[in-house]
Amino acid sequence: MPLCMTREKIGSPEALNSLAGRLKERAGGRKMVSVCLGTGCRAEGSGEVYEAIREAVGELGLEDEVIVMGSGCHGLCALGPLVILTPDDIFYPKVSPEDATEIIEKSVIGSQPVDRLLYKTGGKTCRCQSEVPFYGRQERIVLGLNGIVDPHMIEDYIREGGYQSLAEVLYKYPPEDVVSEISASGLRGRGGGGFPTGRKWESCRAVETEDGKFVICNADEGDPGAFMDRSIMEANPHTVIEGMVIGAYAVGAEEGYIYIRKEYPLALNTLQCALEQARDYGLLGHDILGSGRDFEINVARGGGAFVCGESTALTASIEGRVGEPGAKHIHTTESGLWGRPTVLNNVETWANVPEIIKRGSRWFASIGSEGSKGTKVFSLVGAIKNTGLIEVPMGITLREIIEDIGGGMAGNHGFKAVQTGGPSGGCIPADHLDMKVDFDSLIEVGSMMGSGGMIVMDESSCMVDVARYFLDFLRTESCGKCTPCRDGTEQMFMILDRICRGKAGEDELGKLEEIAELVRETSLCKLGSSAPNPVLSTLRFFRDEYEAHIRDKKCPAGVCSALIEFSIDQEKCVCCGRCANECPVDCIAGTAGKPPAKASEEDHQEGKVGEPFLIDVQECVKCGSCFDVCPTDAVEKK
Amino acid sequence: MTVAETENAIKHTDGVIESYGAKRCDLIHILQDVQEEYDYLPRPALERVSEKLNVSLPEVLRVATFYAAFSLEPRGEHLITVCTGTACHVKGAPRLIDALQRDLGLEEGQETTDDMKFTLREVRCVGCCSLAPVLTVDGRIHGNLAPEDISDILEDCF
Ligand SMILES: Cc1cc2nc3c(=O)[nH]c(=O)nc-3n(C[C@H](O)[C@H](O)[C@H](O)COP(=O)(O)O)c2cc1C
Ligand code: FES
Repeated sequence: MPLCMTREKIGSPEALNSLAGRLKERAGGRKMVSVCLGTGCRAEGSGEVYEAIREAVGELGLEDEVIVMGSGCHGLCALGPLVILTPDDIFYPKVSPEDATEIIEKSVIGSQPVDRLLYKTGGKTCRCQSEVPFYGRQERIVLGLNGIVDPHMIEDYIREGGYQSLAEVLYKYPPEDVVSEISASGLRGRGGGGFPTGRKWESCRAVETEDGKFVICNADEGDPGAFMDRSIMEANPHTVIEGMVIGAYAVGAEEGYIYIRKEYPLALNTLQCALEQARDYGLLGHDILGSGRDFEINVARGGGAFVCGESTALTASIEGRVGEPGAKHIHTTESGLWGRPTVLNNVETWANVPEIIKRGSRWFASIGSEGSKGTKVFSLVGAIKNTGLIEVPMGITLREIIEDIGGGMAGNHGFKAVQTGGPSGGCIPADHLDMKVDFDSLIEVGSMMGSGGMIVMDESSCMVDVARYFLDFLRTESCGKCTPCRDGTEQMFMILDRICRGKAGEDELGKLEEIAELVRETSLCKLGSSAPNPVLSTLRFFRDEYEAHIRDKKCPAGVCSALIEFSIDQEKCVCCGRCANECPVDCIAGTAGKPPAKASEEDHQEGKVGEPFLIDVQECVKCGSCFDVCPTDAVEKK
Repeated sequence: MTVAETENAIKHTDGVIESYGAKRCDLIHILQDVQEEYDYLPRPALERVSEKLNVSLPEVLRVATFYAAFSLEPRGEHLITVCTGTACHVKGAPRLIDALQRDLGLEEGQETTDDMKFTLREVRCVGCCSLAPVLTVDGRIHGNLAPEDISDILEDCF
């Protein structure tokens, strides 16, 4: 519930401290119900749950004792809507509005869990979040405050120690010390490339200029299967803002931009609200925290082009131009936005900064693997049980992520591959499941960390189709400026498309590899030079699948519609007629009734006996609806 | 567009341009605001932007066609967007699109039905991959779909 307070400028670290103290006191002793309003839970109806809980609190006259908070993503999207109660530490998955009163009466007032609503897995009942296996292996730095702070209330963030790192930096560290602290932490960029953040800051800091510098937050999140950055902005926008203000101080910038995808209206709204509140408190804008330093953040909305996530294309887009990448011989840190020295970092990179300052570079460097420090946020999705948003220490194995956190495969197909790195990444097969997940190991197996999409695929996914999917994406998103990328992605797509349709000749795999090599070597920007990765990695690990398409004209996974045929096993058909009802083109014929094998003499006399159904393969559009609805698996896909 | 509509569009566009102080660097933002109002970029608005910002019309069109956020065609009454993000793709988004195209009578490459009732678009990852495959109808998210569910979803629009 809103604290009715006017926001006045905080003029010193002491004033910030005392505000945090007052906020803590005010929250102390009050119970809190945190309802996840992240996109996943919202789609499952958490908005209604939130309203119902507020209503229940109102009806019981508990507005002063109980805070009902709509928070950002708690992570375990597969079990949404999620509700967390503090300080009693109770975790409820799949909550419905009807549960609201019981939750308030029993668990909030009575501090007792409602057994019926608790999460049960593997014979165990989990009372609190930390007992849920999904959270057990995680280490939450960036997502630490998700579910604890209301993203629309800066006071929540301040109460939890927010902006203290900024205060410390402004009053205690000279800029160069901030840069060395970040360097010492080993933080590497989370936007894909993994460039050492401290080194980037240092080269920008070192430039002397009268004209001003910029810092930019890359919130374009173009990877077509990832939502980490968006979840961070929706759940805890202030950690990104605080990180940017610290970075601006370190490199000497007075103006910054957040470049955010247009498709993220909720994140945009949350950010704008957060910026406004930070300005009200004097944590942003003129004379920050009374230090005499100024820094302002503008918001630039992206136009929905994947290539605009690339640094030079992104700055072109902010300048109001077409987002075409420029040549990379001049570094953005020397000449970036409007030709000025610019530091561009990803959302998650910025979000790590306040914690590094607060807890020290040594602490941060103690987490993770040799060359990759700290944690990484992934959106873990696909054919596993526990899909959602996770944060794990670098160096954890793929198996731990998939089996311990993800809970193993959902459905009855076995594991086939995990895709990381988005369109610039690749597919990793089962025999690499024990590999470490960090920047360098992923590159070794022909994939990439990327921004953090992790899609688990089972035997029902076709690897050629996946490669075709990414190349289709890349050929559409190629800006067209350089020939190898523009034409190369098109050519690779066309070959893959022919393979999927069973129209490719035996020599085309060689041609595909040849083009892939050429595109990799000669493209202007990383979009092109990494575009062959989805092809090369699937060719490396799943070559037999390509060959089955080309040589045998078969799609082993049963995905490529040109290479599959549907038929009905006449023995198994129970003459229910559901397939014919669903068929959009009416190409299934038969008579509904009792299956002949089970019919009695009487049934025959009364005309109740059906006739097994048959598919007219000439007319069939291979939509697969019959396959989906058949109750006896009589429909076969070959 | 009728004459009155054209006049209105120009007036609205002028207001948007004014709110940004008619600066060249805000071209994309201006187009975004116009797009938000009309769900597409009406030609008279584009001409006005070109004139007022002193950017040639071909350059305005180049920007307008480069970014996926812009559309040059008016859209139908209901907007259906199918998520074609990776998670949704492997869980069958192409089958949803096939079913929608079939049910709506859309030809390959056609976005809006002839009666202007529906527009079908693709979008990449709407952020609830755990519900894949996903589509949105006028902003409302539907998840865990199979092609069989499409006809019910369309019926709800009538
Ligand atoms: C085609 C392409 C798309 C990219 N998309 C993104 C993106 O969506 N988000 C992002 O943070 N970085 C993206 N990058 C990486 C950026 O160019 C840049 O390296 C990064 O934002 C720097 O921040 P970091 O060092 O904190 O990772 C992309 C790069 C390329 C080549
Ligand atoms: S891929 Fe469809 S919601 Fe993420």
